[in-house]
Amino acid sequence: MVYLLTIFIAAIFTHNIALTYLLGMCPFIALSRNMKTATGMAIAVIFVITLTAAINWPIYHLILIPTHSELIYYIIFIIVIAASVQLVEMIMERFFTALQAAFGIFLPLITVNCTVLAVSLFMVLRDYTFLQTLFFAFGSAVGWMLAIVMVAAINEKLRLIGDIPKGYQGAAIIMVIAGIIALSFLGFAGMVKIQ
Amino acid sequence: MLKQIKNTEGFKTIANGLWRDHPIFSMVLGICSALAVSNKVDNAIAMSGGVMFVLIATAIIISMLRKLIPLRVRIITFMIVIASFVIIVNKFLEAFFPIISLALGPYVGLIITNCILMGRAEAFYTHNNTWLSVLDAIANGIGYSYTLISVAIIRELLGFGTILGFRIMPAGWTNWVVMSMAPGAFFVLSVFIWLTRTLAKQTPD
Repeated sequence: MVYLLTIFIAAIFTHNIALTYLLGMCPFIALSRNMKTATGMAIAVIFVITLTAAINWPIYHLILIPTHSELIYYIIFIIVIAASVQLVEMIMERFFTALQAAFGIFLPLITVNCTVLAVSLFMVLRDYTFLQTLFFAFGSAVGWMLAIVMVAAINEKLRLIGDIPKGYQGAAIIMVIAGIIALSFLGFAGMVKIQ
Repeated sequence: MLKQIKNTEGFKTIANGLWRDHPIFSMVLGICSALAVSNKVDNAIAMSGGVMFVLIATAIIISMLRKLIPLRVRIITFMIVIASFVIIVNKFLEAFFPIISLALGPYVGLIITNCILMGRAEAFYTHNNTWLSVLDAIANGIGYSYTLISVAIIRELLGFGTILGFRIMPAGWTNWVVMSMAPGAFFVLSVFIWLTRTLAKQTPD
């Protein structure tokens, strides 16, 4: 139980998926101009990452390993991700119209968000058990949310001052903000350790 | 003569991939891997090779099948095609370059979600013939590679004092450890984007 909590904390702070592993950067750059959009996307990501990790673990350990077909796990994982995103979209459209209006537009983008696939790949590389996978997936997604919301908030304020060199506007300044936040997150290093 | 070459489809495709619509600077695609594996030059070379191979192979397959792929399932088709080639890259690296494969870890698998591949497949390969698609793939691959490798050269030089493992900096050089970690990647790439955007006089999106 303690170890599960360690994984969770580590995934948020010391091994933050956006700021330490530099994953999920495409939506990070594209969406961190506005806090509201960033939050909406992040909530959708939390949901999809936890869901797909929970589906991919049994598929990998109960189907692919017994049949000795680990070779194709990339293809299987990506199909599971694409299919579950589609499914979530359809369910939301049918039953939760309000939710759909709030973050439905972000769902198709998630298929190509590398954090989702990365969490499943880390699960295989680090040989996590099912519960560990769940905590790691949820923690990573929360960590990603923390990073994108922080960057979006700073970016919003920064644009009010509006004194950024021309070539630095847009993507480049977001990277500088993310770099400074990543620098401050280095302060968490050593707090907890995972493999 | 030069003018004639300049007006051909092929030349435009190459020029777009290398400079005007450069995947990293101008469209900010595929930067996860550009940031993450650029801490050492050999990692960057392996990654660029992998992306280049997958780009060309995907370009050939998808541009050939472009009339057969139904519109509604095209994304998943692209993904399966890309994922199959990524498996080949992964197994190749595991077999011949085990140290690099270990260092790259999950990032080889993440070539699948590299937005350059999906972006090019969606924007170019589905509308153009195989010849142009392959040219586009090569141009984008080179565009991606030269950025990745130049960022890696700066980061390895400052972070470890070496290039490809050879000592370059004098013995008294203190390593800038931050360059080999995540913040260094952000700072170097942002300076790169700034420089190229200023040089190309591009208006930011």
